[in-house]
Amino acid sequence: MTHVETFSEVLAPVVFDLSSLEVFYGSFRAVRDVTLQIRAHEITAFIGPSGCGKTTVLRCLNRMNDLIAGARVGGRVTYHGVDLYGTQVSAPEVRRRIGMVFQKPNPFPKSIYDNIAFGPRINGIRDRVKLDEIVEKSLRAAALWDEVKDRLRSSALGMSGGQQQRLCIARTIAIEPEVVLMDEPCSALDPIASARIEELMRELKNRYTIVIVTHNMQQAARVSDRTAFFTAELDSQSDQRTGVLVETGTTAKLFSNPREERTENYITGRFG
Amino acid sequence: MAIDLRGKRAHADTAFRWLAFASAAIVLLVLALIALTMAGRAVPVLDRMGLEFFTSRRWSPADGRFGALPFLWGTLYTAAIAVALAVPVSLGVALFVTQVAPRWLRAPIVYLLDLLAVVPSVVFGLWGVMVLSQHFGLGRSFLTAGVILAIMITPIITSLAREVIETTPESEKEAALALGATRWEMIVGAVWPHSKAGLVGATMLGLGRAMGETIAAALVIGSSLGQVTLDAFAPGNSMPAVIANEWGEADELHKSALIALAVTLFVITIVVNMGARAIVERSKR
Repeated sequence: MTHVETFSEVLAPVVFDLSSLEVFYGSFRAVRDVTLQIRAHEITAFIGPSGCGKTTVLRCLNRMNDLIAGARVGGRVTYHGVDLYGTQVSAPEVRRRIGMVFQKPNPFPKSIYDNIAFGPRINGIRDRVKLDEIVEKSLRAAALWDEVKDRLRSSALGMSGGQQQRLCIARTIAIEPEVVLMDEPCSALDPIASARIEELMRELKNRYTIVIVTHNMQQAARVSDRTAFFTAELDSQSDQRTGVLVETGTTAKLFSNPREERTENYITGRFG
Repeated sequence: MAIDLRGKRAHADTAFRWLAFASAAIVLLVLALIALTMAGRAVPVLDRMGLEFFTSRRWSPADGRFGALPFLWGTLYTAAIAVALAVPVSLGVALFVTQVAPRWLRAPIVYLLDLLAVVPSVVFGLWGVMVLSQHFGLGRSFLTAGVILAIMITPIITSLAREVIETTPESEKEAALALGATRWEMIVGAVWPHSKAGLVGATMLGLGRAMGETIAAALVIGSSLGQVTLDAFAPGNSMPAVIANEWGEADELHKSALIALAVTLFVITIVVNMGARAIVERSKR
């Protein structure tokens, strides 16, 4: 077991390399000192109490923080060695390669088909046959095809919450990203729908690198290969809470034998 | 002893309910009264002219001939020009304010546009005469009237468009951007589908305003008789302008004709507004 772990750790190439990352919203420092690596074809989970900055860090990975007025990023985030915040880098291009699934399912008020075809269409694919193909492939990959193949033209808003979230996953993979970021993708879903998403994540990791933010420690333990534990620290000078990264490691190790006492307190439920 | 559950007497509630009902009833009553008296006084001219009132181009009060087609045309044509000019500008401003402009610039722009909306229409009309007609040499024409009307309806269309556009949920905009959409692609893909019904409504409302505008149109449209032409530089006339210009020296039948014009305008604006509502409702489904 230990042997296999070490082996995979050596092999999996680094996709994201974060060093001393910090994020400010105006003058408020939301996160500081985040140094970690995210590896290909693994599921990396960000866990930690509310306000620890895990979502903030996730949104740095595809430049979604750009949309928040006053947000500023310090330190360095590289994607395959390229500085994501470099002056030549276009945010839409970053987001095309690094997809995102949100906390609340957010399908467009359009048909199931048009939801999936949205991304391919803005990437210039107009050919009907090609689009049909992509839609089917994406829905199959998101384990949704059999449920919706007879009503592709009906509104996505008529689906259940769990189906909507799988639709959002299908919509994300329709643009063939390399990475899929998931921001608490199951928090609005019932346990059965959550289980299906988890199952889906395990299937998807063969083809995609996945980063998931979750409040649910059992979920992190069940699905992820690697876990990063964040917490919020009270800054004595400014009296503000700033998120920090406490430790990262393989999920097996972090949950069974954490290095830090704070991690142990959190995962055993003594805090947070 | 039985528990007393009767509570306070709700006199105020009863009074309020009647007051609210009475207010609503008064509005409807006034509307019905206007429609009825106006329609009644329009009867003599319609009796005499029949459908020719709407199809004839000859408006000759001295001979007792009243063909309103040129004014009908002038109203529709100038309103169409106004909408064609105002809608793209309004949409552009609304999108700029909601999606592009830096935060600090938004409030001042909105404030200035709202100011434009409260300028009295006679000021626009005089400005049109001095600047558009004389300085720019547009003369008094359909085009001059259309441009003035466009300026006058831009604030209301912009303001409605802005509100409609802002109803697009942040989550859907994020969804589009997360798929690699540029800002423009996000607007087309996420904002537009959400807003188009409301934008049609805003446009129709602007159209209604443009058709009913009296003073500004009367000052710049040219007050000619009998022009039914697509030539935008030709002078023309519109229904409200004719009413305003001719009422003072009109005899009985002439007055009846002017009232018939007013009723026609009234009906058209109601139809336009109902049409707008129908479109909005249908696209909501």
